[in-house]
Amino acid sequence: MASTNTETGTADSGASGVFPPFNADTFSSQLLWLAITFGLFYFLMSKIALPRISSILETRSGRIAQDLDEANRLKTESDEAIAAHEQELADAKSRAHGIAQEAKDAARVELDAKRAAVEADMAAKVADAEERIAGVKAKAMGEVGAIAEDTTAVLVDQLMSAKVTKADIAAAVSSAKV
Amino acid sequence: MANDPIQQFEISKILPLEALGTDISFTNSSLFMVLTVGVSAAFLIMTTSGRGLIPSRLQSISEMCYEFVADLLRSSAGSEGMKFFPLVFSLFVFILMANLFGMFPYFFTVTSHIIVTAALALLVIGLVLVYGFWKNGFGFLKLFVPSGVPAVLIPLIVLIEVMSFISRPISLSVRLFANVLAGHITLKVFAGFIPMLSKLGFVGVVGALLPLGFTVALTALEFLVAFLQAYVFAILTCMYLNDAIHPSH
Repeated sequence: MASTNTETGTADSGASGVFPPFNADTFSSQLLWLAITFGLFYFLMSKIALPRISSILETRSGRIAQDLDEANRLKTESDEAIAAHEQELADAKSRAHGIAQEAKDAARVELDAKRAAVEADMAAKVADAEERIAGVKAKAMGEVGAIAEDTTAVLVDQLMSAKVTKADIAAAVSSAKV
Repeated sequence: MANDPIQQFEISKILPLEALGTDISFTNSSLFMVLTVGVSAAFLIMTTSGRGLIPSRLQSISEMCYEFVADLLRSSAGSEGMKFFPLVFSLFVFILMANLFGMFPYFFTVTSHIIVTAALALLVIGLVLVYGFWKNGFGFLKLFVPSGVPAVLIPLIVLIEVMSFISRPISLSVRLFANVLAGHITLKVFAGFIPMLSKLGFVGVVGALLPLGFTVALTALEFLVAFLQAYVFAILTCMYLNDAIHPSH
């Protein structure tokens, strides 16, 4: 490892003859140069490198926090939009349902009214017809007695050639009719 | 001999300097300190210069380092401890990079010298003492008196606590130094067996496969140690700083 230093190294150790790390002759130089170099290093670290790295890390964590906040804000917004959309959809559905129900009700009412009108008309016609029938019937029945009396008078006249009074015939017809 | 496993720790002067009678030469150790600091700082500063909201690969490495050390410190010393974050981060990166530089063949390992690790450990313990007394006053001494201990045992416990506190800088520096030193020596010894055995003809070449395998395995282990020791140093620093911030157990 140290073969390059052989000449100077052996010359030194040959001179002092002590284990190099315990050779007090080198202490002053080592301490001075350690103080200079380590002092400089400490200065460079504390004034330049560490504040810079610290600011880099802070900027980054700040940026990450900011991005997370932004993402959360957008998420809330989109959640709200979805909720509003669903609310609107539900409203529209219920409105459509209402309209359909109304239309159905209106149709039913109209239908009922028409049916009622038709039924009333029919009933009136039926009643009218029945009344006419009853009139015709009563008239016919009223005429049955006179026809029977006429017929009876003719029959009696032709069969028996006897004169029967109209009053007898009427009595006989009405008794037979009963 | 080139096979001397200690030789890699030799310090050689690149630019001899002297001030006030003390040697302050620019050595190979200084060179690698400069490299460690230069490469780490350049990497951390340049990769983050784009300040990308979406990080590039290299920028994520810098960010991962930052978050790794920040989590470490926050979990052991709480948010109050974050004022020491630049120090803990610098220590972690400096030790890690110094250790990793040491993994290159022919490179010098800065952390293989006790004076460097001791200086870093004393920096931490010194800061703990100064900040502990400055923030808590004499309340900092509660650190040595755990609550809920029977009065009879308090002198003994305090003695043990003080001893353990004093041994902290020693254990902190020796742990890093010894791990790096021992790892590099072991690696060098095993690697040295390979050319030695290869000279013995066919049998030697076949026999050299064993240390070769060891060397490969040890290299992997040393990479782990390089990271682990930087991590251990950083987490112990965090725990000691926590004692300074919250001295009562």
